[in-house]
Amino acid sequence: MSEIKLTINGVTRTASAEPRTSLLDFIREHLGLTATHMGCEHGVCGACSVMLDGVPVRSCLMFAVQADGHDVMTAEGLRDADGAPGVIMDSFIEAHGMQCGYCTPGMMVATHALLSQSPDPTDDEIREAIGGNLCRCTGYAQIIEAIRIAAQRLRDAT
Amino acid sequence: MTALPNTRYVAHKRRVTEDKRLAAGRGNFVQDIQMPGTLHVAVLASPHPRANILSINADAALALPGVACVLTGAELYAATNPLYGGLPTPEVKWLPLAVGMTRYAGEWVCAVAATSRAIAEDAIELIEVDYESLPCIVDPEEALKDDAPLVHPGHKSNVLYRRTFTWGPVADDFAKSEETLSFRARWNRSSTVPIETFGALARWDQGRDMLEVWASIQMPNYAEQIANALRIPLNAVRVHQDVDVGGSYGVKRGIKHTIIVGYLSRKLGGVPVRLIEDRFDNMSGGDAHGPDRIFDTKVAFDRDGTIRSMKVRAIDDAGAYPGRGPFQLGKPIAALCGPYTVNSIEYEAISVTTNKTGQVPVRGFGQSPTNFMIETMVDKVARHLGMDRLVIRRKNFISPDAFPYEIPTGTKYDSGNYPVVLDKGVALADWQRLVKQREALRAKGRLAGIGIATCLEPGGGNNMFEYLMNPSAEITTFMEGCGIRIDGHGKITGVMGTTTSGQGHETLVATIMGEDLEREPDDIRVVHADSLAGLPTRSPVASRMAIMLGGAASGAARKIKDKLLKIAAHNLGKPESELEYDGGAIFDRADPARKLSWEQLCTIAHRQYHKLPPGMEPGLQAEYVWQVPRGGGLPDKDDKVQLYPCFSFQAHLALVDIDPDTGKVNILDYALAHDCGTVINPDIVRGMIIGGVAHGIGAALYEKFHYAPDGQFMSATFADYLIPSVFEVPFVKDVEHCTPSPLTSHGQKGSGEGGYLGAPACIASAVNDALAPRNLSLDSLPMRMMDIEALLNGDQPT
Repeated sequence: MSEIKLTINGVTRTASAEPRTSLLDFIREHLGLTATHMGCEHGVCGACSVMLDGVPVRSCLMFAVQADGHDVMTAEGLRDADGAPGVIMDSFIEAHGMQCGYCTPGMMVATHALLSQSPDPTDDEIREAIGGNLCRCTGYAQIIEAIRIAAQRLRDAT
Repeated sequence: MTALPNTRYVAHKRRVTEDKRLAAGRGNFVQDIQMPGTLHVAVLASPHPRANILSINADAALALPGVACVLTGAELYAATNPLYGGLPTPEVKWLPLAVGMTRYAGEWVCAVAATSRAIAEDAIELIEVDYESLPCIVDPEEALKDDAPLVHPGHKSNVLYRRTFTWGPVADDFAKSEETLSFRARWNRSSTVPIETFGALARWDQGRDMLEVWASIQMPNYAEQIANALRIPLNAVRVHQDVDVGGSYGVKRGIKHTIIVGYLSRKLGGVPVRLIEDRFDNMSGGDAHGPDRIFDTKVAFDRDGTIRSMKVRAIDDAGAYPGRGPFQLGKPIAALCGPYTVNSIEYEAISVTTNKTGQVPVRGFGQSPTNFMIETMVDKVARHLGMDRLVIRRKNFISPDAFPYEIPTGTKYDSGNYPVVLDKGVALADWQRLVKQREALRAKGRLAGIGIATCLEPGGGNNMFEYLMNPSAEITTFMEGCGIRIDGHGKITGVMGTTTSGQGHETLVATIMGEDLEREPDDIRVVHADSLAGLPTRSPVASRMAIMLGGAASGAARKIKDKLLKIAAHNLGKPESELEYDGGAIFDRADPARKLSWEQLCTIAHRQYHKLPPGMEPGLQAEYVWQVPRGGGLPDKDDKVQLYPCFSFQAHLALVDIDPDTGKVNILDYALAHDCGTVINPDIVRGMIIGGVAHGIGAALYEKFHYAPDGQFMSATFADYLIPSVFEVPFVKDVEHCTPSPLTSHGQKGSGEGGYLGAPACIASAVNDALAPRNLSLDSLPMRMMDIEALLNGDQPT
């Protein structure tokens, strides 16, 4: 077993896991944060997306030990301090940018990654940002609309 | 009749209740349910498509620390009953784990329960199975031949079902028609493939002698099937329906998974046991594949474009374990001639078993392949006659004043206005602009084409296709129940009895109860009662929940309203006919100041028995179980039958551009017009329709579960089985039309399938329009880049 210490959603956490444990399983099973979802475990679907040191990554494609000492943000980190849905989350609700909700956390992490770099994205940039996240329910239209709303709201807030 | 409803909440843009928890990452998916001491299951998959199992040695696996149990097919078979299929084929036994013989590459042979999934997977690798590999069969037409290897030797044939139906004067109509035309259309094996795999968690409660189940399930009669297979009373199975299901679209039917974990939990003394598929489990052996179909169609028509009759032979490859798969040949009888006035139909349905994984129900239950065949037929007739594809459709459409309209199979369509919806689609797409754009592209040397397809979406369900294919299944009931409870504080709780997998059922129930009781839907809580506490349900299949759960919610709400009126009449001393219900309060029409508020009425019901009419049941609660409209009758002697009550309609239009060098198809424009009667929640309906289009684009261009001739499964990952990403799905324009159904509570019809029913046919139509100048055509889905490239190069498609 290896001891892993990381910052997750602004909180420092320590837990032990086998070296072969994926970051995805570590987040879900060892840290008890279940918004990050398992879809394909081979890096294609994006349901397990998290931010690692400010960059979106697939948590299924790296080991938890590789995240030791790093800063991780999961979809839970997009909630407001009081636990209510944050701006990106609320924009997904407003546009009904989901159906079953399974890919949604990964989509919102991708949205966060995009809007932190590009506050006023074009539709092409939005498509590029979620191009690695598969959704089987929506056909993406309402997700794109949700991201446009989130971008507008975040711009209005600054 | 076309009208937008005059409503408070129905049809208004409103937030979707479920979205709040899902967007906040607070869903309750089966993988999120953690119980101390849970054992995790991994399965050993057969590497052989067909083999005898000579021996299994699990000693090394059992010796691994953390392993609790290795379960073989022989042990499970001795203790359980085979799974339910529905065809009268007793020698075709569907078992969770193989016994004696494996029948497809990926079939589960053993299951290991261990303290972690990783240890269970380690143990799987330590199990030694001695196989005797046998010749296999993966081509459905080859499987029909007399000398083909038998998938189920006891059944003595690979044919699971074969029958020819004749509705109307087919021979006469063919003889009288001026022209005939024949073609073959191939719908290769694909599926819905949700992003969440299937998972089940079971715990045998020793104190109550009862099995508790949490599962990512979407299936009718799930608890019944568990009870039958595990040989326990139905009231000893409690399925928890408050599990969020991460997408299903028909396929979340993990009955064999559930039997494995249920059996193991009981055997191991009540420890929780869970099986969460990984992607390989899901794609190769999870019983998640859809229809795999060959249509041979002959159509009779006149030179003016009138289609008189059709003869269809459909060969459907059910894979090794048929389950409900073969019935996907039966449901499309509901709309076998689409929106067209075809006078007679012959339909030969053949279900064949092969060494592939079993077929399960997929969105539309066979309707999408069938609609692809119907629309291909119409396009071919148009092309043969040199007719415009819009003109031939308008010529053959059922007239708006002909409803209810009975098609040759005996099914009555409830309502519709197909010409108007098509016109709306054509206007939205701007047909003339599409034509100009196509010609400009062609002038530049590109292959460009316009696609047009319509589709009917049967909604509401009933079980009559099963009776039609197996008369021992005399099941005419197809019901849905909903409860309502108004507490002493006046708060409303709706009680539904099934899981939800993205369709927004809580929103549906709250919106309809709110509409009928004139109370704010956002204040209505909707719960999913477990299978012992809830009312009868047939689950969210058959594009039926807006119709059936909506109808049941409305029925329950109306009972409450009736009771409130009786309470008010008693207390105001006036007959109900002189009272007015307004937003939950009731007043005397002659003297509006004499009024009882909602809160007062609820207080009387809950706390003031002395103010209730004598003999009235106290409290405010009601249940309503609704039988599907127009359901309940058996087929007549000519096999005419009412399949499904409600029929939605869509028209799809697309412009595609094909790279002549690579065969890559780009969808430049996509527009559709839809009519699903009254829309309960516009965002939900729009999402389902566009999502269905995306799914249909996958089936049309990318998705194929491919088996090599040696029976090996070649597409078990998302890198091999290509689901459309945002780059493959164009911006979809949509326009609504509303022809209310006369059969439902608010005029609503189904809307969950239409996008998927129309899009494959539309894309195929566009690709063929693009290929037409080169005198080429392609009638096999998916039309992958390599298939189109091969066709352009004069090679045989693979």
